[in-house]
Amino acid sequence: MHTLSRWDPDQARGLISSELRAARAFLGDDGPDATAMLPVLHALQARFGYLHAEATALIADALNVSKAEVKGVISFYADLRTAPPGQHTVSLCRAEACQARGADAVAAHLEHRHGLTPGATVEGVTLESASCLGNCALGPTALVDASRVVGRLDLPAADQLLARLKERAP
Amino acid sequence: MKVFVPGDAAAQSVGADEVAAAFVAAGGAGLEVVRTGARGLCWLEPLVEVDSAHGRLGFGNVQPAEVPALLEALRSGSPHPKALGLVASLPAMARQRRLTFARVGVVDPGSFDDFVANGGLRGWTRASSLTPSEIVGHVIASGLRGRGGAGFPAGLKWKTVAEAKSARKYVVCNADEGDSGTFADRMVLEGDPFLLLEGMRIAGRAVGASHGFVYCRSEYPRAVEVLRAAVVTARSRGVLGAGFDVEVRVGAGAYVCGEETALLESLEGKRGQVRAKPPLPAHEGLFGRPTLVNNVLTLAAVPWVLEHGGDAYAALGVGRSRGTMPVQLGGNVKFGGLYELPFGVTLRELVFDLGGGTASGRPVRAVQVGGPLGAYFPDALLDTPLDYEALAKAGGILGHAGVVVFDDTVDLARQARFAFDFCALESCGKCTPCRIGSTRGAELLDQVARGVEPEKNLALVNALCAVLTDASLCALGGLTPLPVMSALEHFHEDFTRRAR
Repeated sequence: MHTLSRWDPDQARGLISSELRAARAFLGDDGPDATAMLPVLHALQARFGYLHAEATALIADALNVSKAEVKGVISFYADLRTAPPGQHTVSLCRAEACQARGADAVAAHLEHRHGLTPGATVEGVTLESASCLGNCALGPTALVDASRVVGRLDLPAADQLLARLKERAP
Repeated sequence: MKVFVPGDAAAQSVGADEVAAAFVAAGGAGLEVVRTGARGLCWLEPLVEVDSAHGRLGFGNVQPAEVPALLEALRSGSPHPKALGLVASLPAMARQRRLTFARVGVVDPGSFDDFVANGGLRGWTRASSLTPSEIVGHVIASGLRGRGGAGFPAGLKWKTVAEAKSARKYVVCNADEGDSGTFADRMVLEGDPFLLLEGMRIAGRAVGASHGFVYCRSEYPRAVEVLRAAVVTARSRGVLGAGFDVEVRVGAGAYVCGEETALLESLEGKRGQVRAKPPLPAHEGLFGRPTLVNNVLTLAAVPWVLEHGGDAYAALGVGRSRGTMPVQLGGNVKFGGLYELPFGVTLRELVFDLGGGTASGRPVRAVQVGGPLGAYFPDALLDTPLDYEALAKAGGILGHAGVVVFDDTVDLARQARFAFDFCALESCGKCTPCRIGSTRGAELLDQVARGVEPEKNLALVNALCAVLTDASLCALGGLTPLPVMSALEHFHEDFTRRAR
């Protein structure tokens, strides 16, 4: 289960400067501060579950780049969210190796049985799509809460997984 | 008694953590549970191994509830229905030449002592006694080529960076293993992370770099966790730190960042957009500095090359494909997993002799080699050997050596459309053929599927693919025509059979 905090600009500033310090410490006098961009965005999303609109200006200020550049980065990467997800996320692999093992049928089942299309949240569970989780001989596969891989995810296993997650969602 | 339970993501995905917990709960004093990487025998996971006088005994597909009875059988010496015998003697293991993967699935990836006791650091020790140009000489002599997909001679790249003049140089490890059907990088990161760090340390000495980055995809949280712990340990043991240090960076779900210049942009904190080449990263890479960018498997092959010499590595393989290739067999296949083999094995041997055919029991219809940008091969081409040039001659690529098997329920017209869709979704947007062409290609295939002027629209697909091949900035747009055109060439009936 995610242990997330409510958006708090002071906490955000602290996370940003800590990632920036780490990047500077590693690189010494080479490289611009912008190199801390992805570590900063990951740290904020890990803490708050998404990137609050106010984060853009805080990051731009700290890393000495424009707000447009920060927004450009956020919009480029599929992982980065600008709205809070459900209590749990399930990222279902839709790539070829999982297709060959029945992932399309799992996706159809999630939609028809559980009302879950990519991006939708039902009873605290958000469905997302992944493109390969590196479990290509044991698919269909999903990544749960960005931390735990679940393989051999046939239809009954998908039902069980969702039941467990919904139980633990508020 | 010592019990080994893999802790890699594939094993975890089918319950290995619960099995390990069951051993801890039922074992009592005198039972040591060690978490290892995985052997790559995926169909046997969770695969439990137990030390014996003759080597490690395997027990396949162990469920947590079976653990107490299994322990009982082990203690009383009675036979167990899930016993596989010696793991090293299993046909799937005995046929391999595990150079890079020698320790993966054997050692505890968190234990530096385990690493050293099983041959770790020998390559670095040898490299420390050589001059940088002697190290580069071994890599050139080995014939090692970039394992990420492009197959560029590694030694030549090393030499270019070594000869570049700069106050600062970088070694960047590309661990953005995005190709569907591939998981060898993940298995190294999760099963033998010190091997990669040793390879990077050697590379740093060879090219004169003081700093290294590993750029690992976010879809591999376990790999990031294991690797980060290994970096901390390697610093405390003096392998990293003064002279050469490594930082682990995590991607954010962009396939194109596996392209080396997009990866560098991402490390610099920008959108992962491809750079036009030249300048080559070897001359102007990260922060404009000379940068060696190599895939995980390339760097992980280097310690063996240094320990045994470049010529010993070059003695394996065929033609211009030297050494071994960790092949990943996935999709609809019975015995899927990782097989490290000398180059030259045919696709048919892989899919049928090692893979056992489809998992569904239906006939094999298509085999995609080299990820989402790789060609679909029909049965008639399965005697193609696994080798960079032979696969290119057959209209495909080796890529990162992912081999994905499909049975006869697959619709290749759908797979071709998926290839365009994937390109459209993952395009960085920098060049027009990839950004626009991918969407136009999907639209054209939709027309064909609806039966609208199929021959005319397929001719347009053909022309569009020529533009993508010739005018795209990187391999994403440039190779998307491979799955599309191979599907059209070998499975034409799927496109014209009916209006979908």
